[in-house]
Amino acid sequence: MTMTSNNGSDLAAVEMVSVTVDGVTIEVPRGTLAIRAAELLGVEIPRFCDHPLLDPVAACRACLIEVEGMPKPQPACAQVVSDGMHIRTQVSSPVAREAQEGVLEFLLLNHPLDCPVCDKGGECPLQNQAMSVGRPQTRFDGEKRVFDKPINVSAEILLDRERCVSCARCTRFADQIAGDPMLELLERGAKQQVGTAADQPFDSYFSGNTVQICPVGALTSAAYRFRARPFDLVSVPTTCEHCASGCSLRTDYRRDTVTRRLAWADPEVNEEWNCDKGRFAFPYLREGRITSPMIREAGELRPASWPEALDAAARGLAAAGSSTGVLVGGRSTVEDAYAYARFARVALGSDNIDFRVRESSSEEAAFLAAVIAGTPVTTTYESLEQAPIVMTVALEPEDESPIVFLRLRKAARSGRTRIVNVGAVATKGLTKVRGELLAALPGAEAQVLQMLPADIRRALGQPGAVILVGERIASVVGGPSAVAALATETGASLAWVPRRAGERGALDAGALAGLLPGGRQLVDPSARKQVAAAWGIDASELPTGVGFAGENLLAAARDGVLGALVSGGVELGDYPDHALAAAAFTGVGFLVSLEHHHSAITEQADVVFPVAVVTEKSGTFLDWEGRPRPFGQVFRDSLYESDARVLGMIATTMERRLGPSDVAGIRREHAGLGLWEGFRGQVPDRVPGFTMMGEHQFALASWRALIDAGVMQEGEPFLAATARQVGVWMSARTAASLDHPSQVRVIGPGGSIVLPVQVAEVIDKVVVLPMNSPGCSIYRDLGARVGDAVGLVTVKRHEGEGS
Amino acid sequence: MTLTPVITEHWDSPDLYTLEGYRRFGGYGALASALKQDPDSIISVVKDSGLRGRGGAGFPTGMKWGFVPQNDFKPHYLVVNADESEPGACKDIPIMMANPHALVEGVIIASYAIRASHAFIYIRGEVPNALRKVANAVEQARAAGFVGNNILGTDFSLDIVVHAGAGAYICGEETALLDSLEGYRGQPRLKPPFPAVAGLYASPTVINNVETIANIPYIIERGAAWLRQFGTEKSPGFKVFAVSGHVNRPGIFEAPLGITMRELLDYAGGMRDGRKLKFWIPGGSSVPMLVEEHLDLPLTYEDMAGAGTMLGTGTPMVFDETVSVVKAVTRWLEFYKHESCGKCTPCREGTYWITGMLERFEHGHGQEADVEKIAHVCTQIAGRSFCALGDAAATPYPAALKYFRDEFLAATHTSADEQFDPVASYLFAGATR
Repeated sequence: MTMTSNNGSDLAAVEMVSVTVDGVTIEVPRGTLAIRAAELLGVEIPRFCDHPLLDPVAACRACLIEVEGMPKPQPACAQVVSDGMHIRTQVSSPVAREAQEGVLEFLLLNHPLDCPVCDKGGECPLQNQAMSVGRPQTRFDGEKRVFDKPINVSAEILLDRERCVSCARCTRFADQIAGDPMLELLERGAKQQVGTAADQPFDSYFSGNTVQICPVGALTSAAYRFRARPFDLVSVPTTCEHCASGCSLRTDYRRDTVTRRLAWADPEVNEEWNCDKGRFAFPYLREGRITSPMIREAGELRPASWPEALDAAARGLAAAGSSTGVLVGGRSTVEDAYAYARFARVALGSDNIDFRVRESSSEEAAFLAAVIAGTPVTTTYESLEQAPIVMTVALEPEDESPIVFLRLRKAARSGRTRIVNVGAVATKGLTKVRGELLAALPGAEAQVLQMLPADIRRALGQPGAVILVGERIASVVGGPSAVAALATETGASLAWVPRRAGERGALDAGALAGLLPGGRQLVDPSARKQVAAAWGIDASELPTGVGFAGENLLAAARDGVLGALVSGGVELGDYPDHALAAAAFTGVGFLVSLEHHHSAITEQADVVFPVAVVTEKSGTFLDWEGRPRPFGQVFRDSLYESDARVLGMIATTMERRLGPSDVAGIRREHAGLGLWEGFRGQVPDRVPGFTMMGEHQFALASWRALIDAGVMQEGEPFLAATARQVGVWMSARTAASLDHPSQVRVIGPGGSIVLPVQVAEVIDKVVVLPMNSPGCSIYRDLGARVGDAVGLVTVKRHEGEGS
Repeated sequence: MTLTPVITEHWDSPDLYTLEGYRRFGGYGALASALKQDPDSIISVVKDSGLRGRGGAGFPTGMKWGFVPQNDFKPHYLVVNADESEPGACKDIPIMMANPHALVEGVIIASYAIRASHAFIYIRGEVPNALRKVANAVEQARAAGFVGNNILGTDFSLDIVVHAGAGAYICGEETALLDSLEGYRGQPRLKPPFPAVAGLYASPTVINNVETIANIPYIIERGAAWLRQFGTEKSPGFKVFAVSGHVNRPGIFEAPLGITMRELLDYAGGMRDGRKLKFWIPGGSSVPMLVEEHLDLPLTYEDMAGAGTMLGTGTPMVFDETVSVVKAVTRWLEFYKHESCGKCTPCREGTYWITGMLERFEHGHGQEADVEKIAHVCTQIAGRSFCALGDAAATPYPAALKYFRDEFLAATHTSADEQFDPVASYLFAGATR
């Protein structure tokens, strides 16, 4: 039986009914569908429209069974069993068998039977079920209906209407699960077809799921179409590296190339879904890779052998010693982040380390250390589904953690959960979770949290209430403090939802100044003792003072306070202060860069090491829940080494003894530390900041769109074409005050850009821009951060064109 | 059996469709008396009368009303199914044209009984005349204070919306009608929940046929016992029979249930030009055909079921010996193929398949093996489809095969038009090819 979720219910409390399937009597929970009861007994009733996560529709009629006392065969997918019911499936009922066979014959009438050229061939429910319950030979000798094909329902998804069996899985997914009902059935009878409105493509962040659940080859993706036959593929269960939602994936490859990625079923995390970025953004794994180590010679980078590069790195880092800074990007696995954390403290004797390649603050660091780091899994996806209220702060789930969004939508659809977002804009995503907006100027969220309406504060006091806070809380002065205080006061459980897959793992691994693995404080004697023992050193050998983090670390590198930097998985453009970051990497005396792709940082590096991407190593991500999401190595004979192995080699070259650098060894050492129950540092208590604007200025709100200019999305133009249109969102009132411009110039402290105007449910005095989308990067183009005041100037159309 | 004009009694009065014309014969008197009674007692009267739904299925009306939960704090709705689209059915549209106020008065009383404050009349969009007549009647009733707030000084308020369909037979299926009314594409809904519990806008809803509702004022005025004088124990009351086809005087005859087709044929002036009856259909193309030997069967729900057919809409179509049964069945299947909504596989694909095979018979190159194949495909549709439209599509052929197998076999070599000169079957005089 397909379990969709355990609903947190006490199994003993579930009322059981007795049902007899093909003469075998079993007990099932009340409300069970006949098709699931049969599955429990190993009887697979054929089905097309049935999907355990979609509402039953009983349209395809493939699952007809006999139910005692009912004159006509009933669809097993919609028949709820009752106590004492007798069901006869195709196993024991000639009527059911004949009905099922009839439906299969009908379904094949107008089907093109182009299996030899169909992507689904070999893994096709229609093919399989036609073989298992269909007639050996068709009796149809007429003409099949034809359609033009394929047609695009979006840039990424193509539709072959001739293959479609009208099961309505895709349309129900779009409507029920994603909340993007742009896909609909049109026309009637044999001309019925899936389609979209002419001016509204199926630009859903979740569109790829429809390809996966299509029981025939009607929906295909532009990326995978005609690329491979399923039986030629090797499948490996993996974890998605694109965000902290933690999706289980299945990676399929052929001849050392990933051909596609599918959502893999994990009822507790992503159920059976994933987002289009996780599904389609994988060409980067292969394209544009750094192929060998490089060292700088006479000002130029040149390929080098591994021993040569290791030697250069070891010499440079040994010279800088404890005045080295370590920057760990958000793509790191737990094991790699742990290796960085250990390398900094043991090999370099430095505590100058940070994993936050984004907006950060010392208040945030204190908050993460005290409230999040190393805490066990308590707030889960299931908690969201059961919560009476979920409050989101500095978080846009649909863009920043799409599976959290899907679960919030599921919770909202159940009618149990009230969703409140503290922010500046009622996004479409908020509408899809039936959420309410609690208006806050960007940067002033903390004030709003301190003065919550009484009913919301009361609701947060109910058992099961959840507060989800995004990583953007770092840009709110007093924000982390206010969130922590609110959770303490109301008793609501608090979870931190970072955007990148590696952040929670890096936090728990101690890749942050002042923080050792598991939430242990560098300054805490017993914590030092435990960690030093695990690392095989004396506690006195650990750095004593808390090192630089955040922009202090960058400034120290720029100013020569630090002699060297080690960076892994860092994109220069992700730092809000572009000038500071650029100066840090160009100004630092010695730079070692561990990357899989060439970047602005590798160009500045003295030594560059190529490292493995997710398919070339095993590892673990911690999702936002803190749940370990381990994954295996897809390409086992890859020559690329993980960051941890490279760091281990550098340490060896430096003649420093480091613990194991393989995944199993690191996991063993890390797990050996156990749960930390001692001092976690002070919960910060900062006074809320406020947002200042001049009379003709607007506060800037911004976050990263799911599909944007991120480097790991490179090489996938079909995915990029489904991105949301880039523009400036403003309220209708703001647009009216500017005389309804079609374009405006947005003027920030460090530059300006011209963008089209999109009127949205934004609070007045605020404009929303995508943080890093094609044609709009607020850091690079405006020199502005979230909460900064920007100006707007109406642009006549011809003026904008040259810009 | 004599005719019993009730709904049709004053149809020769030229202004019956106006409020004044309707009131001249006591119109809206039933409403006044109904509003003095408890809603439950109205339901009881309708239950006691034994009135059965006139839309085709014959479900007891009072029982349907009784299914609506009371004191549930949800709005209730009455929806009148006026989407009369069945081939051969032509009785609701004449009622709406000639006596729209009987419908409106029935709607008000029925809404009062089921505690609905909104009623909808869903009229087939292809008949704007009927639409205008009913919309006008509702406006007149509103102006007279029969529709609106505090009707006749009581606490009861009602608004009636007249809604035009957009040309889909499937919207006569009650749940598809509800989807259409809500603005969605009309396709039948999965049951349960049934409309009485979660119908229009997920609220308790009663859906009744035009003729059923038009009966209500007369039942309230004259009592349950009065209705039971007519018809049989299981089929009480009278029925608006609409006789069409090869008869001398096609038309509408209101008679007690239990009248025979032979009697109706007499009222309709007998067979056209004295020709021989070939087959007839008691109530729309969705019910199996009958032949000469069935002419003396009482037209009741139970007797028709006994003969393997259904009373359906009670609108007999009469076909004489000039008609090719192959051609007639092909036309019906083409209709069902065209109107299949596409939701379920058996109806969507089955009608496509059968129609293709039948068209070959019509043109004289049917395959002999297809004679049985079509029959078998029909068994794969009937009882397997999502709604009754699929069952209906599987109806014409098996009955035709039962009585006229030879004609289908002949159609393996001779086209329908060669077997039967189509001009001879044309109804209008002097027609030529």
